[in-house]
Amino acid sequence: MAANPFAEAARADSISGPPASIDYLGDAVFRAIAYICAVMIIALVAFILWELGGKAWPAMQDHGLGFVTGTTWDTNKGEFGVLPEIWGTLYSSLLALVLGGIFGIAIAIFLTQDFIHARLAAVFRTIVELLAAIPSVVYGLWGIYVLIPLIRPGAAWLHEHLGWFPMFGTELSGPGLAPAALVLAIMILPTVAAISADAFRRVPYKVKEAVFGMGTTRWEAILRVMLPTASSGILAALVLGFGRALGETMALAMLIGNSNQISLSLFSPANTLASLLASNFPEAGAIEVKALMYAALVLLAITFVVNVVGLAIQQYTMRKFEGIK
Amino acid sequence: MRLYSCLTTLVVAGFLTGLALSMPVAAADQKLIGSGASFPAPIYGKWFKDFSRANKGVRVDYQSKGSGAGIQDFLNQTVDFAASDAAMNDEEIAKVKGGAVLLPMTAGEIVLSYNLEGVDELRLPRDVYPDIFMGKITKWNDPRIVAANPGVKLPDRDITVVVRSDSSGTSYVFTGHLSAISEAFKNSVGQAKAPNWPKAGRIVKAPKNDGVTATIKQTPGAIGYIEYGFAKLSGAPTALLENQSGKFVAPSAESGKAALASAEFPAGNLPGSDVPDLRVWVTDPAGADAYPIATFTWLLLYKDQDDEKAKVLRDLVEYMLTTGQESADAMGYIPLPDNVVARVREVSQLVQ
Repeated sequence: MAANPFAEAARADSISGPPASIDYLGDAVFRAIAYICAVMIIALVAFILWELGGKAWPAMQDHGLGFVTGTTWDTNKGEFGVLPEIWGTLYSSLLALVLGGIFGIAIAIFLTQDFIHARLAAVFRTIVELLAAIPSVVYGLWGIYVLIPLIRPGAAWLHEHLGWFPMFGTELSGPGLAPAALVLAIMILPTVAAISADAFRRVPYKVKEAVFGMGTTRWEAILRVMLPTASSGILAALVLGFGRALGETMALAMLIGNSNQISLSLFSPANTLASLLASNFPEAGAIEVKALMYAALVLLAITFVVNVVGLAIQQYTMRKFEGIK
Repeated sequence: MRLYSCLTTLVVAGFLTGLALSMPVAAADQKLIGSGASFPAPIYGKWFKDFSRANKGVRVDYQSKGSGAGIQDFLNQTVDFAASDAAMNDEEIAKVKGGAVLLPMTAGEIVLSYNLEGVDELRLPRDVYPDIFMGKITKWNDPRIVAANPGVKLPDRDITVVVRSDSSGTSYVFTGHLSAISEAFKNSVGQAKAPNWPKAGRIVKAPKNDGVTATIKQTPGAIGYIEYGFAKLSGAPTALLENQSGKFVAPSAESGKAALASAEFPAGNLPGSDVPDLRVWVTDPAGADAYPIATFTWLLLYKDQDDEKAKVLRDLVEYMLTTGQESADAMGYIPLPDNVVARVREVSQLVQ
């Protein structure tokens, strides 16, 4: 058994034995599977990029960078530009991130920092995570039938009294940026809350005891110690949430109003890249399909940049607050 | 251990039985697959189901993907038939291997649905509704709307125009009508499946007929175009439109039929074949009782194809022309006028 270097060293009367060949085999198989899975993920992304790039290439040659700065999407004239969609995607996702982020982290603190009994916290946690199981279309319908009528009076008041402020510059007619961003915020809430809660839970209990031992109040402990210590996990949660918001399709297609305009106003209709794809793809002709592929590539690029930036910030906070080099 | 082997036997036996059951059925089946327009999908679904039930061994499946996607599938030969609200243009027809036969199968109206509390009847003159959709008339109490609706209290409210966000045959027909009656609309927006609507905060887009219907319903002061069937199903209020003879007409099966009666098929054949051209657009019907916006929807068939399939397809068309038309009205479609039925029957014989 040359293949089993531990066999010779084993003592006959010991209960612990050297790994049998089956263990080696299992190990090798598991490693192979793990490698294959890892390679397949990379291959899949590469394949998607290649496919998208190949189909978008004619449009990229035709429109070049003008595609990213153009503001018209006119199939009939063959004019394609996605600046309003890029703006709408980033604007709605950022708003959703701010709202969903604040509420998500607040929920995580509430659930993990001994505000309520652990069992009750588990119930709350399950309820928040249930939000992730609701289909996108249902959020869209809920937005149309419940949320828009609900926020209409508030929006009208804001426009009337604070209309000089660009964010309230127009009246809410129905679908628009505000209802879309609110629904997006609710959709990313479970992601942000669940991952942030895990991050808080990872902080050893001894740290908290030590902090209280130094005579801090509860809020000092949470804001000065717990939050910075868990910050890298929270940032990961925010990056994931932002990614989800960028790519969200159906609910937005139903709520954002799909209007190709760039406006700071929360109440005016806008458009997003994913919504553009969902709306135009089914009936698109050959030329438009190429332009849509290009738009999909732009969305992929935005998501990539967001992830890289998120990772960089995470590394930075890790170094700063957690002392990990 | 015994239990396990029992279970295994059961699973294997079940699997084999399933296999055995599915095989003879698949062999005897004449299966037709179609795809295309979403507008006739409800009635096609009913027709195809009834036809499959009445004819043993025949199964017709239809996927509602949209007219453009249907034409694509038809050109790629991945379906046995397709459906389109915008028929096919000459270039597309030239690309069909074996020739294409285009048959109008049913028809529909496009209605203007609105949301105004306390307004049960709204009349919109010919020069007004194109201007609403161009964003030129922005208030419900605009003098031109008020003048056409004596006795109706119109609110001082902004008009929110709801249009389709997806490319659609409905938009194509609607903008075709507006282009026919308004020179300004033709020059600014024009006829298209995905028109370039003016950019304004008061023009919002929603996906599909359901999306537009829901958005209108939830937005006070909204107006938008949807198919008659949807308005009928959802009970949404619809505007009376002024037709070419100056009469205000409500959408209904009768007024739709009156509109289609004025349709005359073009003389001559489809380009590059001996199949008569049955593509006709009723952009501005002339009859006194005609509702102004009506359209046919077409079934696309291959002219030369598998003999057995061709026979089933001819039977299917015959079924749709006879028994099928009876259910059209109840489902919010317009039954084909008799002269059209006769013509379609004649042309359908070319599918061999």
